[in-house]
Amino acid sequence: MTELSESMIKVVDLYKSFGPKKVLQGADLEISKGESMVVLGGSGTGKSVLIKCIIGILRPDGGKVYVSGQEVTSLREWELNEVRKKFGMLFQGGALFDSLSVWENVGFGLKQHTRLSDKEIKERAVEKLKLVGLFNVENLRTSELSGGMMKRVSLARAICMEPEILLYDEPTTGLDPIMADVINELIIHLKKTLKVTSIAITHDMVSAYKIADKIAMLYKGKIIEVGTPDEIKSSKNEVVQQFIHGRAEGPITAESNKI
Amino acid sequence: MLRIFHILGSKIIRFIEEAGRIALLLFQTIKWTVRPPYAFRDIFRQMEQVGVNSMPVVLITATFTGMVLALQSYTGFRRFNAESLVGTVVALSMTRELGPVLTGLMVSGRVGAAMAAELGTMRVTEQIDALLTLATNPVKYLIVPRFIAAFIVLPILTAIADMIGIIGGYFIGVGLLGANPTVYIKKTKEYLELEDIYGGLLKAAIFGIIIALIGCYQCFYTKGGAEGVGIATTRAVVLSSMLILISNYFITAFLF
Repeated sequence: MTELSESMIKVVDLYKSFGPKKVLQGADLEISKGESMVVLGGSGTGKSVLIKCIIGILRPDGGKVYVSGQEVTSLREWELNEVRKKFGMLFQGGALFDSLSVWENVGFGLKQHTRLSDKEIKERAVEKLKLVGLFNVENLRTSELSGGMMKRVSLARAICMEPEILLYDEPTTGLDPIMADVINELIIHLKKTLKVTSIAITHDMVSAYKIADKIAMLYKGKIIEVGTPDEIKSSKNEVVQQFIHGRAEGPITAESNKI
Repeated sequence: MLRIFHILGSKIIRFIEEAGRIALLLFQTIKWTVRPPYAFRDIFRQMEQVGVNSMPVVLITATFTGMVLALQSYTGFRRFNAESLVGTVVALSMTRELGPVLTGLMVSGRVGAAMAAELGTMRVTEQIDALLTLATNPVKYLIVPRFIAAFIVLPILTAIADMIGIIGGYFIGVGLLGANPTVYIKKTKEYLELEDIYGGLLKAAIFGIIIALIGCYQCFYTKGGAEGVGIATTRAVVLSSMLILISNYFITAFLF
């Protein structure tokens, strides 16, 4: 039990298939409170599926997920909603609601789950937007934002309910190197100021080394190695070495990536 | 031979699967409809979308349908000297069948497609997943307002269509074909029962449920980008139109 209370998220032997496509085949992962975990893996290897199983958007076929000691895969929908309030998630494309303005997006959780007035919600939204480095954008439509701004607004929305756990789905993908670094700095800043536990999935090695306390490698539906960035750099595993150096030749072939 | 069974079998299985999913969605929608809190602002916004914005289309459809009904039934009835019944035919046809069915079809083309496209886009851009991560039920937030709006608005639109259709018929009957206005109105009222009108409005409410449910259902299973959204939209219109026509027959058969 003591081990469980220390770990914020624990994934045990997780399986998930889509039809004949086996995506997760016994994935195990443990993240301690306050830790920043980066999950590496090629495109289509099931990184997104893994975090969607953790937050309960997808139901795994087998295995368990513990969030601060509570088993979540067997929960009913309304119980799951309570667990989800501990989470904030940054989606790859931002996933901002395009029928709402920027501040309504950021304050969406507050609007749904608290009795605050619109004025108070807007004030809080502006505050969160400042935290991600955006000023005077609260009244814009989401279609008026650039890619980097969209990610930051989405991040502001993710932190608006003051979550304990943040999930990042490819936070730097599709951004120029400078904007990518801005996002990286932001992730580190949020970790320090909000003391959140986080999981980021990415294949951007620069970003991974920068934001991770620990790195895990997902390959063929399993976590094959977990370690600090330095441990990963000096890993003896050929799969890990090939991936972090981005070589075309090695045990990972383009074909085996498509599980 | 085996191939035929295989194809037939998998088609039947897919059909049953789909029917089951739609039934489940209907059940969930009703469950969330009765459960507070009620998002009145969203419901009114959808009512504007479904109702007010559909008015021009419905008005034009109803006017010309009423007009052509008068014209056509006059041509037929003149052959056995029953011209005086033109008003009756127009009124009965509009209220019982054409009012609800045509309104349903027009709204399904306009609104059902829009719902499928809007929600389908939300699905493929992960906005529906984002709702879940914000601990918000997508059925409650997205489907229920559309469902309630369509359920309330379709009967209203149909009532307007009935009225406009009958007026359109009157103008053709009296204005163009020279029927006696007093007789025309008397005959219209004489055979038209309140029951005919209620039955038509009940039909319209059911069509409203079909349109919202199918439009929203398609979006929840949208896959694969812009093309997927296009497919979902087409399927929503085709499926809800067919369901409207099929269910119309059975409601008529059992109700009247």
